[in-house]
Amino acid sequence: MSGAALLSVENAVVDLPTPRGNLRAVDHVDLAVGAGKTLGIVGESGCGKTMLSRAILQLLPKKAKLSGRVMFDGQDLPALPAEKLRRLRGRSLAVVFQDPMTSLNPVLTIGTQLTETMQEHLELDLGKARQRAIELLAAVGIPAPEQRLSQYPHQLSGGMRQRVAIAVALSCEPKLLIADEPTTALDVTIQAQILDLLAREQQRRHMAMIIITHDLGVVAGRTDEVAVMYAGRVVERAPTPSLFKQMRMPYTEALLAALPKLDAAPHTPLPAISGRPPDPTRPLKGCSFSPRCRYSAGRCGTEKPHLSAAEAPDHLYACFHPITAGADA
Amino acid sequence: MMLQAASDPLLKVENLVVEYSVGGKTIHAVSDVSLDIARGETLGLVGESGCGKSTLGRAVLQLRQAVSGKVLFDGHDLTALRGETLRQMRRRAQLIFQDPIASLNPRRRIGDIVAEPLVIAGVRDPEERRRRVNEVLSAVGLDPALVSGRLPHEFSGGQCQRICIARALVLNPEFVICDEPVSALDVSIRAQILNLLEEMKARYGLTLLFIAHDLAVVKAVSDRVAVMYLGRLCEVGPSEQLFARPAHPYTALLIEAIPVPDPDVRPTQSVPVGEPPSPIAPPSGCRFRTRCPRADARCAAEVPELRLVAPGQLAACHHSLI
Ligand SMILES: Nc1ncnc2c1ncn2[C@@H]1O[C@H](COP(=O)(O)OP(=O)(O)OP(=O)(O)O)[C@@H](O)[C@H]1O
Ligand SMILES: Nc1ncnc2c1ncn2[C@@H]1O[C@H](COP(=O)(O)OP(=O)(O)OP(=O)(O)O)[C@@H](O)[C@H]1O
Ligand code: SF4
Ligand code: SF4
Ligand SMILES: [Mg+2]
Ligand SMILES: [Mg+2]
Repeated sequence: MSGAALLSVENAVVDLPTPRGNLRAVDHVDLAVGAGKTLGIVGESGCGKTMLSRAILQLLPKKAKLSGRVMFDGQDLPALPAEKLRRLRGRSLAVVFQDPMTSLNPVLTIGTQLTETMQEHLELDLGKARQRAIELLAAVGIPAPEQRLSQYPHQLSGGMRQRVAIAVALSCEPKLLIADEPTTALDVTIQAQILDLLAREQQRRHMAMIIITHDLGVVAGRTDEVAVMYAGRVVERAPTPSLFKQMRMPYTEALLAALPKLDAAPHTPLPAISGRPPDPTRPLKGCSFSPRCRYSAGRCGTEKPHLSAAEAPDHLYACFHPITAGADA
Repeated sequence: MMLQAASDPLLKVENLVVEYSVGGKTIHAVSDVSLDIARGETLGLVGESGCGKSTLGRAVLQLRQAVSGKVLFDGHDLTALRGETLRQMRRRAQLIFQDPIASLNPRRRIGDIVAEPLVIAGVRDPEERRRRVNEVLSAVGLDPALVSGRLPHEFSGGQCQRICIARALVLNPEFVICDEPVSALDVSIRAQILNLLEEMKARYGLTLLFIAHDLAVVKAVSDRVAVMYLGRLCEVGPSEQLFARPAHPYTALLIEAIPVPDPDVRPTQSVPVGEPPSPIAPPSGCRFRTRCPRADARCAAEVPELRLVAPGQLAACHHSLI
């Protein structure tokens, strides 16, 4: 972790009270993102990706309890007063959700949504804000942007709405953009366009970005670093090339192996991961992956492996029996 | 139109047209689609959201009436059958949906849900029904003693999909349409279900129409793949051949857009900006022309017909890549 990270999350824990008991959605997570860098967070449904991003944004459900530190741009976010946080989220900390309708207001025109944000946070007059809104819509690939200003979100296709949500998120030149499954609801061709768009704007603006997804394919070519989550924890974290070159954590390896490959012949059986993730209200004593792990042995069932670096300082993993180079896959 | 390699097709769709009428406007959901599926074959059907995949599947099973065209199942034209004859034919074909949880009645026990097709088919003996339900539940990897008495909400998405598969197989169908059976499932569970479908296919000698928008998933299970765009068939061919050498520009675009889990493969930036046009007023000529890098005047004037471009591979394009 470099000292000058734009965002650093230390020892974050998110607990949610549920009728079944306490649910630990995020379990002692450490992360850091440098200015202009892209971090990918991958993991199965329910592993805590969204709760982690909401913890960073200070947008957790009311009943949730967060402990640990979230430092952003030199500020301790959980300690900030609500009004300051709100201003920060409109400006330097932006978010795009999976469903664009979560970010967009259905009863306001696209133009109003864009200009209001800029008028408030950038103190632009209406004319200037309108001009910038048109530029932004053009930048995110929306044809005939002037006409779109007077349209409502429901009049656009899903892909177009996500472009508008991205335009709104970019409008105040954020330092960090969190994209929570920005393309999961979209078709492959549109998905590629939106990911290209995010990458282009990120580079142009030297903005930091966190891409949350369950698709290892999405993070492979588009991130500097990847964090793999399982049952609320980060179980492996490394620069993207090192991670794909040598996965150390059996879960990461299994996740990649289970993906159907384009270069495999039809009817090749897939190495599926048996079982499913543990019930988050019934935490396991040992490694959470142990019931599904084919390397599980010895203390795996009784002790929690900690996230640590063994040989390379930037490649962290939480496993007692990491996969070693040259071992059979 | 002479089509496809299947010498002994179990299913033959001829010039099928399906439309919806919404607020006085016509949605051209499936336009003049013809295809065959051989006995024991898996045909994959891919295409973007809204291109008409589910509509085609539903029209094949007569769950949606076609405007015109034929659906020949084992030689019988289903579009011409009515009443009991149709019901008997339909028992030989089943459908598995995308959303496993929503397609199970939340108030009924798993044992009853899986037995329901048997009841409808008139299997009166409860002992016989129980035997067949237990057999099919075991086949999909569930313990009948543990699951039969429970309700759907007690199961995960992957388990619910297993239950749906069991329900589809309990009548011993010959043909199953899987409509996005794994799209709602997690990567790790997805592989389990895909393997299960392959196993069931071998065990019950099934013929499958496998609908999905994920090309890698489709390739993993299909012998041949058909690509649809805005209601029309663009291309169909043997899976490996089609992925290695697509003939239709749309197929090529789809393949290029797949995210590859390898950081050394830089994502291509060549995907054209643009989204599918409305199926209410599809473009004249080739429906893909508004997004096609090769489009010219002829593409706007003439509808391209499917023609043979390589052995077993057909494409509907005036300027095909092969
Ligand atoms: N509002 C809530 N109240 C209680 N529990 C919740 C709430 N939202 C999420 N959870 C639980 O918290 C855990 C983490 O959920 P989270 O939404 O962060 O997962 P995720 O990794 O984003 O999954 P997905 O890929 O499905 O979006 C899950 O067990 C989930 O059921
Ligand atoms: N019941 C309906 N009434 C009116 N229009 C419909 C109906 N069902 C589907 N359509 C329209 O018909 C077209 C084809 O829809 P269909 O559901 O067959 O597509 P699909 O390829 O299965 O898409 P998806 O991948 O999203 O499931 C779309 O334009 C859709 O909006
Ligand atoms: S700690 Fe043990 S159970 Fe957990 S991933 Fe490593 S080998 Fe598997
Ligand atoms: S017919 Fe023309 S527009 Fe259609 S796919 Fe071929 S080249 Fe493109
Ligand atoms: Mg989420
Ligand atoms: Mg569908």
